[in-house]
Amino acid sequence: MTLTAPPLSTLDTTTAISLRGVSKAFGHGGKAVVALEKINLDVARGELVCLVGASGCGKTTSLNLMAGLDRPTIGEVSVHGRTALMFQEAALFPWLTVRDNVALPMRLAGKGRAERRRRADELLEQVHLAGQGDRRPHELSGGMRQRAALARALAQDVEILLMDEPFGALDAMTRDLLHDELEQVWSATGLTIVFVTHNVREAARLSDRIVLLTSLPGRVADEFPVTFARPRRIDAPDVMGLAAAVTDRLRAEVRRHGD
Amino acid sequence: MATEAKEQELAAELAGLDALEAHLGTRPSRARRAWSAVWPKLAAIALAVGIWQLVVWSGWKDDYVLPGPGKVFPALGELVRTEKFWRAVGITMRRAVTGYALALVIGSMVGLAVARIRLLRSAVGSLITGLQTMPSIAWFPLAILLFGLTEHAILFVVVLGAAPSIANGLIAGVDHVPPLMHRAGRMIGAKGVGLYRHVILPAALPTYITGLKQGWAFAWRSLMAGELLVIVANRPSIGDQLQFARDIHAADRMLALMIVILVIGIVVDTVFGRADVAIRRRWGLIDPSN
Repeated sequence: MTLTAPPLSTLDTTTAISLRGVSKAFGHGGKAVVALEKINLDVARGELVCLVGASGCGKTTSLNLMAGLDRPTIGEVSVHGRTALMFQEAALFPWLTVRDNVALPMRLAGKGRAERRRRADELLEQVHLAGQGDRRPHELSGGMRQRAALARALAQDVEILLMDEPFGALDAMTRDLLHDELEQVWSATGLTIVFVTHNVREAARLSDRIVLLTSLPGRVADEFPVTFARPRRIDAPDVMGLAAAVTDRLRAEVRRHGD
Repeated sequence: MATEAKEQELAAELAGLDALEAHLGTRPSRARRAWSAVWPKLAAIALAVGIWQLVVWSGWKDDYVLPGPGKVFPALGELVRTEKFWRAVGITMRRAVTGYALALVIGSMVGLAVARIRLLRSAVGSLITGLQTMPSIAWFPLAILLFGLTEHAILFVVVLGAAPSIANGLIAGVDHVPPLMHRAGRMIGAKGVGLYRHVILPAALPTYITGLKQGWAFAWRSLMAGELLVIVANRPSIGDQLQFARDIHAADRMLALMIVILVIGIVVDTVFGRADVAIRRRWGLIDPSN
């Protein structure tokens, strides 16, 4: 046996995440559910990719694989850089103030008190929550909580941000503003973002590329590059036109399951 | 240029939306809250004293067996002016604090160990609940055999009475931490001891406080039972004063002491209740207008 050198792809500095022939099944034998089947997906450093699909397309499974919370059944997942994960619920800790919530990842990383406080206030300012640090999570609105959760994710000092329908529970007005917010944070930080959503317009509004997944098993059905100039509006004609095209493709996918 | 203007626009829009959406409920004034908390209690006390007086007036028992409020309250007034009474209260409270503190340490350590270690859980989990249902008075014969008629016998039973409730409170608190909190904790890099210290134990706090409160009730009951049974020479306590009052047929003083026992129990319980409410309010689990 000889040790082989790592494949060249893992040394590629322009790729942040690479899924090679990744399959993931839950359960065993005849009852096994194949969540993902032979997925190939590359996310470039600094890219904002949206994964779109109907229920059962394995969106959350893919994020868990990228976050290292789960392992593929077959295939190779390589992630270059540390990841933070955000979900639909802000999941802030009610026993901490907003500032202490944002500072907790730094505390767990062993950073000093003064530095934690300074950085937490900086991050709160970045997400437009300056002056809200002393409040409790329950005193914030849903949109504010989600911004605080974004600040907490940024406090982990990561290169890759994985977002699992983070704005799914917000009203349309708040969601629009948070799209602007996320876009600003993204362009200021150069993060790589993988954003899972079932909202096609949201995907067209935000992403550099939309990856459409099929359901049960999840496969990459199609990819749509999004090249419109930023900042964008969700109701801009080109965004809406693309969203309509993606929706048509998605509906065709869903129809297959009704036959 | 354009992006800067856009950034400012977004900041203003977010600030506007935040101001519209985040609203803090206003709480009624302190005096008003105090009054609305106190009057139902006063009414309940008045009702209880009224029923007591009616029973006395009915002539069901002789006056020297069951004296009415008119005799007992003056006896209470007399009692609290004696030095011996305050010495007895001091000794009883010292035992209560010592016993409860021991129960707190032992119960918390056992609870944490059982919550964390699966094997321990299946081994002693139900045993702890079993201990909780065991009447503390049933421990006294053993306690007296082990420690004689000493303060140690009393403390032994107080600890056995209170520790299971405290342990169970902590176990239930850890068990009921929402999975989302676990996930969020692991996601931000908490693991092992850090996960417990920064996520699981704080999340378990409200249920733990409930266990502490119940533990206090058991400790106080066990202590009173112990002081009636285990009378240590030259160590006056509320329990032995109660026993003594019965022995000399001073029913009015006996009832006065029972009122003292009840009041101490309620006052301490109120402290735990306050802590519980304060935490739930901070966490936003209580409607702020309450």
